[in-house]
Amino acid sequence: MISTKAKVTDTRKLAEGIFGLTLSTKAAIEAKSGQFIMVNTKSEAHLLGRPISICDIDKENESLSIVWRNVGYGTKELSTLKEGEEVDIIGPLGNGFPTDEELIKGKSITLLGGGIGAPPLYALAKELSSKGVKPVVILGYRSESAGLFLKDEFERTADVIIATDDGSAGVKGTVIDALKEHDVKSDIIMACGPMPMLKGIKNYAQEKGIDAYISLEERMACGVGACLGCVVKTTHKDHHSQVNNARICTEGPVFEAKEVEI
Amino acid sequence: MNTQVDICGITLKNPVMNASGTFGSGMEYASMVDLNRLGAIVTKGVANKPWEGNPTPRVTETPSGMLNAIGLQNPGIDTFIERDLEFLKSYDTKVIVNVCGHSEDEYVEVVERLGDCDNVSMLEINVSCPNVHEGGIAFGTQPEALEKITKAVKKKARQKIIMKLSPNVTSIAEMAKAAESAGADAISLINTITGMKIDIRKRSFVLANRTGGLSGPAIRPVAVRMVYEASKAVKIPVIGMGGIATAEDAIEFMMAGASAVAVGMYNFHSPTAMTDVIDGIEKFMAENKIQNIQDIIGVV
Ligand SMILES: Cc1cc2nc3c(=O)[nH]c(=O)nc-3n(C[C@H](O)[C@H](O)[C@H](O)COP(=O)(O)OP(=O)(O)OC[C@H]3O[C@@H](n4cnc5c(N)ncnc54)[C@H](O)[C@@H]3O)c2cc1C
Ligand SMILES: Cc1cc2nc3c(=O)[nH]c(=O)nc-3n(C[C@H](O)[C@H](O)[C@H](O)COP(=O)(O)O)c2cc1C
Ligand code: FES
Repeated sequence: MISTKAKVTDTRKLAEGIFGLTLSTKAAIEAKSGQFIMVNTKSEAHLLGRPISICDIDKENESLSIVWRNVGYGTKELSTLKEGEEVDIIGPLGNGFPTDEELIKGKSITLLGGGIGAPPLYALAKELSSKGVKPVVILGYRSESAGLFLKDEFERTADVIIATDDGSAGVKGTVIDALKEHDVKSDIIMACGPMPMLKGIKNYAQEKGIDAYISLEERMACGVGACLGCVVKTTHKDHHSQVNNARICTEGPVFEAKEVEI
Repeated sequence: MNTQVDICGITLKNPVMNASGTFGSGMEYASMVDLNRLGAIVTKGVANKPWEGNPTPRVTETPSGMLNAIGLQNPGIDTFIERDLEFLKSYDTKVIVNVCGHSEDEYVEVVERLGDCDNVSMLEINVSCPNVHEGGIAFGTQPEALEKITKAVKKKARQKIIMKLSPNVTSIAEMAKAAESAGADAISLINTITGMKIDIRKRSFVLANRTGGLSGPAIRPVAVRMVYEASKAVKIPVIGMGGIATAEDAIEFMMAGASAVAVGMYNFHSPTAMTDVIDGIEKFMAENKIQNIQDIIGVV
């Protein structure tokens, strides 16, 4: 984990309101899929870093890419950055997705990404494929016209199934509907997306008796485990906090679904 | 150049520390900040037993600041002594432990447990947390209650006692005097100012606790005024905080009467804030030919 200036080396618009950029930073050296960075705004009125997941990692060139949806001040400012500008970041943060050989070897792994939950799964899909466990990736979007961002990138590294709210592309419905409709064999699910989707996955995994790892979000102030702002209720006593609360920024953002009360 | 300051007989290598609750126990920032450079490390409030704290959302951004309602989640004194204090033993900086409780007995229990901890220089008694419904702020808003808890703690404490004052009072001078007369060795201020934010789309409160404590540069002028008033009212040292982001801010607090200063939520924005403040103070001293930092305390 470092606190550093990162130089923007590439910017792109992926769909309406969805942007991406590549940052040149030593934070890439230690980064893993599922981890995130805190990105500062340049405004002295907006002092909290914005947590954004790492979408792609290039260790050789020491660069990270991120993809986000414009929702408020910070993300909108981020989408105005130009190549060559710098941003203050802290990272890499959090635990990341589990990709140990003994966990994934010979397993059928399904990745579920809902909307802006897709980006962190990209680095994960690449990592799993490179370890010889090519995953099935199910991506949920609003509609084809709102943009199937990152679909082409995912298709280069995984088998992709699409779901849209309005049925304009792929299965009509949620990623869980698509999972059921295509009857995807899964020993392990890894997912990121809105809370209702994650709750659905927790229930689905419990019913089927499969392992599910979900990436959670919460309002964050520090991103490094110091403020205790970002906790989630846990089923068991958390080792660090000594109560049934774990810090999403530090013990997470990826948790085993059965370990958290959501 | 001498940047040392003296807080009730304890010498700090420089006047800069973190504000409790914004730096964990140093552990969380150790890879990014050279802890040995800090005048002191102030740990997150600790109680006799683990506390769960409030439901989420617990934090939200506000103009040049933030609201928090953590509710003093903490692992309890046993884990704190074994893990956090043990960790701090390897660093060359003073350790100040921030103490919280629901009742006088709970405060005293923690203070007694800490009595045997050699690497703890001072105890900061948080009687001013706006986010816990019992205890906490109740002790910090009435002079009589503040005197009572100060005396109870002081009677059992082996270390020097800093009473941390709430800004949510009519007269900060009166509270400072109450702490001093009850035997406090020092006072620190300000804790957060009670605030509220409403999500107009949800027609509801942003924080699950409804209210939260405001901190950050937004509160700095209020804090400077209160540090000034409190330090004029008492002879014991004052540790000043509230929105410090830069060396200029820290110097402002010292000129207002603070013998030492703490950086709070700005650590979240910039983990190197404290070391930047220390560098900036040294630069200011050199540029203004100040030999001894103590010469600027309370000069206004
Ligand atoms: C671990 C983690 C990873 C994330 N990864 C991504 C990602 O890869 N792409 C992406 O588009 N979004 C991601 N998010 C959500 C992203 O953090 C918010 O959309 C962003 O902070 C909004 O900032 P803003 O200034 O535009 O919005 P504002 O509403 O102006 O923000 C105000 C405050 O609320 C916080 N906030 C607002 N929405 C959220 C949220 N959903 N989660 C946490 N804090 C929030 C902001 O950080 C800021 O402190 C992630 C969140 C977390 C916790
Ligand atoms: C997230 C957070 C947690 C805090 N926790 C504590 C605490 O445990 N004990 C305490 O005395 N003060 C606590 N405070 C108050 C700070 O120590 C400080 O008094 C206040 O934030 C003002 O300083 P600032 O504006 O520089 O942040 C907390 C503040 C924040 C933002
Ligand atoms: S954001 Fe501060 S502990 Fe997680």
